Amino acid sequence: MTGPVSTSEMKRMMNRIFLSLLGLFWSLQAAGALTIEITEGEEGALPIAVVPFGIQAGAAPNQDLAAIIAADLKRSGRFKTLPVNDMLARPRSGSEVEFRDWKVLGMENLVVGSIKPNGSGGYLVRFQLFDVFRGEQLAGYNIPATSRNLRTTGHHIADIIYEKLTGERGAFATRIAYVTSTGSGKNQRISLKVADADGHNPQTIVTSREPLMSPAWSPDGRKLAYVSFEHGKPAIYIQEVFTGKRRKVTSYKGINGAPAWSPDGRRLAMTLSRDGNPEIYLFNLNRKGLTRLTNHYAIDTEPAWSPDGRAIVFTSDRGGKPQIYKVPAAGGKAKRVTFEGSYNARASYSPDGKLLALVTRVGRNYRIGVLDLQSGGLQVLSEGKLDESPSFAPNGSMIIYATKAGGKGELAAVSVDGRVRQRLALQEGDVREPVWSPFTRSDRR
Amino acid sequence: MKLNRLKMTGLLVLIILFVAGCSSTPDKDAGADGAPVSEVGGDGATGEDGAQTAGATDGGSWAGNPLDDPNSLLSVRVIHFDYDSSEIQGEDRDAAIAHGEYLAANPEMTVTVEGHTDERGSREYNIALGERRANAVMELMLIQGAADSQIMTVSYGEERPLALDSDEAAWAVNRRAELIY
Repeated sequence: MTGPVSTSEMKRMMNRIFLSLLGLFWSLQAAGALTIEITEGEEGALPIAVVPFGIQAGAAPNQDLAAIIAADLKRSGRFKTLPVNDMLARPRSGSEVEFRDWKVLGMENLVVGSIKPNGSGGYLVRFQLFDVFRGEQLAGYNIPATSRNLRTTGHHIADIIYEKLTGERGAFATRIAYVTSTGSGKNQRISLKVADADGHNPQTIVTSREPLMSPAWSPDGRKLAYVSFEHGKPAIYIQEVFTGKRRKVTSYKGINGAPAWSPDGRRLAMTLSRDGNPEIYLFNLNRKGLTRLTNHYAIDTEPAWSPDGRAIVFTSDRGGKPQIYKVPAAGGKAKRVTFEGSYNARASYSPDGKLLALVTRVGRNYRIGVLDLQSGGLQVLSEGKLDESPSFAPNGSMIIYATKAGGKGELAAVSVDGRVRQRLALQEGDVREPVWSPFTRSDRR
Repeated sequence: MKLNRLKMTGLLVLIILFVAGCSSTPDKDAGADGAPVSEVGGDGATGEDGAQTAGATDGGSWAGNPLDDPNSLLSVRVIHFDYDSSEIQGEDRDAAIAHGEYLAANPEMTVTVEGHTDERGSREYNIALGERRANAVMELMLIQGAADSQIMTVSYGEERPLALDSDEAAWAVNRRAELIY
């Protein structure tokens, strides 16, 4: 197996990989959701095998947990997962594992598990993570679940594995919000939706005939601020995600746009043109007081907070073309941040505050870029013509963004190193403006 | 006698409620097909709640109005723009001027100027750019003697494209300001 491989053998292997990939694509298409596209080599990705979970008599789970876990790990770009068809054995627990079966396939880590009935309609999910070379267990958990939260349980297990093996917190059990548009003319419906981070379980939280824009998660992940044109002009609303309750925050004359929560959740940065042209304001949600942060005759919009809450970056064309500027949240002079290219807009900070994700014009194309704030280097991560709305995963590992394919908006995600790109092909019209939720309390272990 | 008056008042209140209910149907859109959306408070720092931007369409639709004359510059209701620009050029400029003169001569008329952009670039920047376009049209009309109170502006940015393709021709169509009487 480790010796030289003949061409015919190679061909056979390639065929097999192609067929299993094809099978994977089909099954994912059938699920209506997701295609994963590896854009560059997998060098440096950790080889891991996630064995299909054993199902004990009496349990009939509606989800393939191993497939959910493997897909999560794979799309992070940090792991190379072994196709099920290539597995030499399918152990269901540690006692059934023969480590040499996995060493021979070059696996460094192995996940096995089982699902058994647990009370009425419930399951007990058991999984173990092994270091193949040392023959050691790295983690083992028993997790009670129901058919309703089985997918989420899979994402939680992927989070545990990710954290154990990379040292960084996983963000698979988080959510995304995005805007969809279906129909046209009088039948057009704009919706604000919330779904799992992998695009599954979409739920509509607002529907309107008029534009909905710029969703923004509160730091506790329980509320969304957004812009709605439902009264024929823009207003900013805050809605509780779980109850649907909402309130109107501002509806001044002119633009009410680009809401962004401060990290402490007390203030909303926003764009208002009430004083004549678009400026950045801070709205105190408790005292309902407004503070104006910028003062320039050019366009100032798209504010985003630094993770420490001290600075705000925004888009301004005060230099003639849209570029990113930075201003202290306490007020002060704006400093230009981007210098490369003729169009840089809609910046947002990575969770560690070291990077800015933004929309950058490359030739005739609009793409997602990442600016290293220390070195000033700008790396372009996407390859579309009309990419926009980048949003970091709460652990900083990936960026979700909107792209256009076949005349239709859809969502894509890319690992921060640019190595793995995936499409979330949701079958519901034009999809845009994805925003990744923060970690929420229920995700905390 | 007293009872009758009470009845009349009650009826009147019912009628008013009914009419108010009818006229507020657009407000219910946001909750109609989706998860329940109930509006609590709405008491923020808002002063503009419910302002009607759809203005007086009534007065404009009788025969002989210059707005309806296909040979008049007033029949031009869409002003076009270059990429990332709010400059009004050529015949579009003449049309905007004609609309300004018309408003000045007809102070009872009002118009809404909608600003739009093509799909390129970020959405909120495009909202700002659309407003700049709407304002450019408004400024030009104000110079002709139209009053502030006759003109309302709203920017839809790239949210309301006319042409759905992603090419130069479609983008040129979508970079516009629309005059809606």
